[in-house]
Amino acid sequence: MARQATKPGLLFSGSDWDFGKLSRVHEAIEALAIEELHLDTYPVQMEIISSQQMLDAYSSVGMPLMYRHWSFGKHFLYEELLYRKGGRGLAYELVINSNPCIVYLMEENTMALQALVTAHAALGHNHFFKNNHLFRQWTDAGAILSYLDFAKGYITRCEERHGLAAVEAVLDAAHALMEQGVFRYRRPPKLSSERQREGLRERLEYEERSYNDLWRTLPPAQGNKKIDDRDRGMADPKKSLNLPEENLLYFLEKNSLVLEPWQRELIRIVRIIAQYFYPQRQTQVMNEGCATFVHYTLMNMLFDRGQINEGAMLEILRNHSNVIFQPAFDDPRYSGVNPYALGLDMMQDIQRIATEPTAEDRDWFPDIAGHGDWREILLDAWANHRDESFIRQYLSPTLIRKWRFFVLGDAADEPHYQVASIHNERGYRKIRAALAHSYDVGVNRPDIQAVDVDLLGDRHLRLQHKVKDGVVLDEASRDATLRHIRKLWGYEVSLAAVDAQTGATINERSTRQIAE
Amino acid sequence: MPIFIDRRLNPKDKSLGNRQRFLRRAREELKRSIRDQIRSGRIADVDAEHTVPMPERGTAEPSFNDDKASGRRQHILPGNRHFSPGDLIPKPGQGSGAGAPGNKVSEDDFRFVLSREEVLELFFEDLELPDLVKLNLKEILAFKPRRAGFAATGSPTNVNVGRTMRNSHGRRIALRRPKQAELDAILQEIATLESAPAGAATRQRITGLREELDRLERRRRRIAFVDPVDIRFNRFDARPIPNAKAVMFCLMDVSGSMGEREKDLAKRFFVLLHLFLKRRYERTEIVFIRHTHEAHEVDEDTFFYNTQSGGTIVSTALDEMHRIIEQRYPANEWNIYAAQASDGDNFATDSERCIEFLDRRLMRLCQYFAYVEIIDERETHIFGATENGTSLWRAYSRVDLKWPNFQMSRIATPADIYPVFRRLFARQPAPARKSA
Repeated sequence: MARQATKPGLLFSGSDWDFGKLSRVHEAIEALAIEELHLDTYPVQMEIISSQQMLDAYSSVGMPLMYRHWSFGKHFLYEELLYRKGGRGLAYELVINSNPCIVYLMEENTMALQALVTAHAALGHNHFFKNNHLFRQWTDAGAILSYLDFAKGYITRCEERHGLAAVEAVLDAAHALMEQGVFRYRRPPKLSSERQREGLRERLEYEERSYNDLWRTLPPAQGNKKIDDRDRGMADPKKSLNLPEENLLYFLEKNSLVLEPWQRELIRIVRIIAQYFYPQRQTQVMNEGCATFVHYTLMNMLFDRGQINEGAMLEILRNHSNVIFQPAFDDPRYSGVNPYALGLDMMQDIQRIATEPTAEDRDWFPDIAGHGDWREILLDAWANHRDESFIRQYLSPTLIRKWRFFVLGDAADEPHYQVASIHNERGYRKIRAALAHSYDVGVNRPDIQAVDVDLLGDRHLRLQHKVKDGVVLDEASRDATLRHIRKLWGYEVSLAAVDAQTGATINERSTRQIAE
Repeated sequence: MPIFIDRRLNPKDKSLGNRQRFLRRAREELKRSIRDQIRSGRIADVDAEHTVPMPERGTAEPSFNDDKASGRRQHILPGNRHFSPGDLIPKPGQGSGAGAPGNKVSEDDFRFVLSREEVLELFFEDLELPDLVKLNLKEILAFKPRRAGFAATGSPTNVNVGRTMRNSHGRRIALRRPKQAELDAILQEIATLESAPAGAATRQRITGLREELDRLERRRRRIAFVDPVDIRFNRFDARPIPNAKAVMFCLMDVSGSMGEREKDLAKRFFVLLHLFLKRRYERTEIVFIRHTHEAHEVDEDTFFYNTQSGGTIVSTALDEMHRIIEQRYPANEWNIYAAQASDGDNFATDSERCIEFLDRRLMRLCQYFAYVEIIDERETHIFGATENGTSLWRAYSRVDLKWPNFQMSRIATPADIYPVFRRLFARQPAPARKSA
């Protein structure tokens, strides 16, 4: 019946989807994307899932396979509750930075939605994953799924061998340090191939089996022990530890004296997953902006070419405007800047600056104003920026005025906020800088590093928190996290809060002061 | 052309393992929630799903986080209407201070559903039930396999030989499988021909016969004696075991001496008995009788929550129970179970009446009569094993000796409850031998 109603040229009509339509739509959209936007994507694998499975994916940090942990169970309950209560709709899609790029489509979506989602995820996000420099350098799309498969299997085997509680203790502690488990400045080593990993594991198992303290034939040195220790200690205490170290999980994995090989491997798994998600956190606005820009542009093109009908387009636009809805700060629905809205606006603004710039734009963006080829500028931005640098570079006064951004100074010891800048001549640069700053993950998360270990004495591990603008750590969660670190380190751990500007120590907290 | 994979038919509940790990972690807190709900809820409701608040202790996921109430920071907000640089805006209600607990409250609203199995698991935990009993109670219906015709598939142990051979026979006839007798006849003939003097005709006859024999044997090989298509298995249907009706009488002393702890223990005792009866009988009813110096049938709320002052005359409750049985639950239609909880106080003269009444009337009607005496934990070592005790205890001891379906026990902690039921849960009702 639907076939009769389909006009020539239309990709689909009616709201039901089937695999034929999905495939047809994907082909049309992909051709358009390559031709019109010059997108470059991984091959796509589309998976149709039910809402239950979407909730499953939500609770395991959006990955198709994940090891088991109670916290995922807890998150599942939260998500399920929110969903059941209608407090939150489920996403229409979920996309995974892998090669092939996996896109989950919800079975409840109408055909129009599936088309929208295909453009959004299978092309927009996919292009971004493949081309953005952060993802290219810091994640390994080809290896992540096989790595997760390995991780899941490994953790299951550990649970069988060492018991749920022992595995849970290590994972809990490692999860607490996930934020501190990424390399921010140097590139992480590439994920080794499955073969190498297999070899490594075999070696590890062999060592575990073959080492036996009884076989030690050298008698422990009696008299000169102290000197020996000192000699060794003096020679390379810090050099071998590579201090200071910002990646606490890495530090503990490599240097903790109390961990068994399998416990190190668990920490490594958590660390690698944290590292994998690090680029995503830095590119929310860009990633969603890119995908939203792509779906909006492509859907309009399809409509202009008569390949989708008015009904479908209306539905697509309604969903689109829901996604980019941005309430003002005093609206009860306000919950921060919507990355979809900001990203899309900025990218459309670049399009506008490139094609029909105003005098102000020429002043602010001499490089791109009137450049004409907005595709090239966008492709370049998608490839080479993260949120912070993208906003710092491309947020225009026009957009600041449109959004009516303002900066509010908030000092904890004062009874009121102070408006620092608004959308005026004097404020543009300040607002732009402040907004960019707020997207800088390095600035936003507490800067905590391992700075010293007392190798000769009681192996006391010293951490340092650089306090910026007087923002200290929340005490309850700090103490709980320190307890976790102590479990992994095995000896006393202390955290000193040091003012980043003056270098003065504000306070110091040691695990000795914290009741177990 | 992308690859499409339809995952909808994949196994559900991928996160079940995570859920179990979470429940295990929050076990203590969940147990407390369930206990509270059982304390305030109805006896019959235990055997169902429960909604519980999200546990908080032990399920926090700490990490290093900024203290929102310290330092200087900047907020960049959209939607400015009338602010100019330098404007001061008072912080709402001491700002962050009020904000944080506000968030907490919304987290408290999170409640989730525990399945019936999970609830029972938590409920059973400190009753120290044996695993077999737990399994029995969690099982919703008892089934018994019953023969129900034949099936073409099944396990080798269920092969129905008669039916299989009948099929085989029919097939052999239909396909004209050479019979052994035919072969034997030919062999016989060959043998006789061979023993006879050889001639050209005979030799030709023998060759012909051998060819025939060969053909028949090949045919026999091709057409199996028993072919997989012949095989039939006995089919079994799981039929629920027919259940009958049961009524459970809860008798409790509600005079002032029964405090909260005593009532809570009594309630758990009643819950467990009810669970058991519900599993075994299709229809169970509960009658609540409370008594002081006089007894009344009451509803569940009144039974557990209304206090009444007065003396203690136990026999009034037994009288009331008997009256209700006569009126509504004829013993030939109903399985009658009674559970009595008391702190053991009674008028000395009344205890004699109780014995007599039980002995003469009630025990004949009851399937099972359980009496629990709820004592203080400190008293356990005093009363430990001796037969001394309250007046009611001493009196009931005599009933206990005489009637195998009478059980009595002292309860100080939840773990003491189960032994009262031990005989009830035993697979076969034990013969008259009684444990002290």
